[in-house]
Amino acid sequence: MFKFLFDRDTWQEVFDSFNKNKLRSVLTMVGVWWGILLLIVLLGSARGLENSFNRLFGDFATNSVFVWGQSTSKPFKGFQEGRKVRLSLTDAKKVEKNVEGIEFVVPRNQNQATVVRKFLSGSFQMAGDYPLLDQVQKKKLIHGRFINQNDIDFDKKVVLLSEDTYKQLFEKDENAIGEYVQINGMSFKVIGIFKNGNVNMGPSTDMHIPFTTFQQIYNQGDEIGWMMITGKPEYDIKQIEADAKLLLKNLNRIHPKDNRAFGSFNLGKEFAKITGFLTGMQFLTWFVGIATLIAGVFAIGNILLITIKERTKEIGVRRALGATPFEIKRQIVVEAVFLTLMAGVIGIISGGWILILIDTLYGQGAEASLVNASVSIAVVFVALIILVILGTLIGLIPAFKATSIKPIEALREE
Amino acid sequence: MLKINQLHKSYPIGDSSLHVLKGIDLQVEEGEMVAIMGSSGSGKSTLLNIIGMLDEADSGDYILDGLPIKDLTEKKAAVYRNKFLGFIFQSFNLINYKNALENVALPLYYQGMKRKERQERAMFHLEKVGLADWANHLPKELSGGQNQRVAIARALAANPKLLLADEPTGALDTKTSYEIMAFIQKLNDEGKTILMVTHEEDIANMCKRIVRLRDGIIMEDKKIEQVRAEQYV
Repeated sequence: MFKFLFDRDTWQEVFDSFNKNKLRSVLTMVGVWWGILLLIVLLGSARGLENSFNRLFGDFATNSVFVWGQSTSKPFKGFQEGRKVRLSLTDAKKVEKNVEGIEFVVPRNQNQATVVRKFLSGSFQMAGDYPLLDQVQKKKLIHGRFINQNDIDFDKKVVLLSEDTYKQLFEKDENAIGEYVQINGMSFKVIGIFKNGNVNMGPSTDMHIPFTTFQQIYNQGDEIGWMMITGKPEYDIKQIEADAKLLLKNLNRIHPKDNRAFGSFNLGKEFAKITGFLTGMQFLTWFVGIATLIAGVFAIGNILLITIKERTKEIGVRRALGATPFEIKRQIVVEAVFLTLMAGVIGIISGGWILILIDTLYGQGAEASLVNASVSIAVVFVALIILVILGTLIGLIPAFKATSIKPIEALREE
Repeated sequence: MLKINQLHKSYPIGDSSLHVLKGIDLQVEEGEMVAIMGSSGSGKSTLLNIIGMLDEADSGDYILDGLPIKDLTEKKAAVYRNKFLGFIFQSFNLINYKNALENVALPLYYQGMKRKERQERAMFHLEKVGLADWANHLPKELSGGQNQRVAIARALAANPKLLLADEPTGALDTKTSYEIMAFIQKLNDEGKTILMVTHEEDIANMCKRIVRLRDGIIMEDKKIEQVRAEQYV
């Protein structure tokens, strides 16, 4: 069989029958070509989308949930409903200590603040944060540094501004690091400028100051606005959220079934949604691609069947000259596989070109929507193997058709 | 060389069947040149097809060169055809997208002969039919007579024991017909056994023996004085 595949004559026969009707042969291949092109381009784009999502999510500990206090909706232990719930540092510490699978808990306070600098001013969201925040929500610093333990220990009056805030308070290209701004009448030293996140992943803020400084200037005591709970990668964040909320309800004397006492934003769940969406898209791509491929291969089979009908007499002659039915079948199957593979390879190459084009158009720079749109060699191999299998199967139909006619009848055909 | 005993063949037509060959006895020796004649429906083509292993008899014996031909599978028939028989058809039946040389080489391809040897052999036979200069031409670029000569070269290529010709001159004008017949006679002179079906008296008279069929039986079987075709060319 292998000798047959490497025999020049085999391919001579294939090329002869291909050249016999070039236009039809080419048209036959269009279906498979389109199918594989679609598969490559869609899979590549899906990969590009996945990569760009990963890039966005790369800055977040995706296994995180944000929890904040709201108002109770059920009376409990003598408390009326509608009681305002405020979380405390003690709560945060207890969650960290008692809930299973927690990596760390980062408390945060948040408020609206008026900021003045020289003649410019504005009202911005300000958060009091721990250095640990950087591990949940990696800040992209343009200049300077993030809050450190020293700032916390000494309640330093330092502030990080978002790029947008900086633009409102400073002149263009003006150096901000080391400069002072007035926040609610107090002087704060600017230690860093960070880039605004390009997706709404979790609560965002315009300014960060040390948690302890925030506590002091707003006289917060033990109370906190938020806590960000990050789970260890091997734990299910949904379970952690449920456990933490139950503990918090217990600590704050809230009815265990009170679902409105705490608000939360589960980053893990959102991430899973997008991952699920991407998986769905990949599945769809394979489905559409393979379905188109099958349709294309059927088209090849169909055309071959017509070709066989036209070649009935030729096949009769060949059999009169001593071609065995097996030799006839083998030749037709090889032709089918050849057409399918040719179409497939051309489809893969042109699909690759389109991916290169997509990369040039949408894949450049930090804000690219499709990062490194590509398909792996494994996918290409899988596609080729599928093509060979489908081509063989579909070639068997005309092959058996060709030898089902007796040579004497085939010879009589005009 | 060829021995046929009480050969019967019938074809089903609807509910009834058409008895085409009703007990044929025929013996052909090596080096003979036999014309099988008869009107249409006499069974001459069926007889040729059975001899050519393209069709199988219902009953009777067929022995070719000492080898009983029976219970043929498609594969076995293909191998025997390739080894023992050369076919010449009325409409040449050349493969239209292959040039003369490739057409002649085709039976050798199915014998599994190596490409180079095959081409040499094919060229040798093309030279023999005087078409060496046309080796690279497609059938459509050749005249009817030339095409039939390519077909004869193809039939000879595998060096068969028996040449079977089904109305070899049926599609040719008289002059070309005689040229082809002259050629076939030459092959016979060299010792090839030839069996041909024809309905033309003048062509039949160029053979050495005429077998007449009517309604599925042999009416007449006689040796004749061969008319040489060269004198008309």
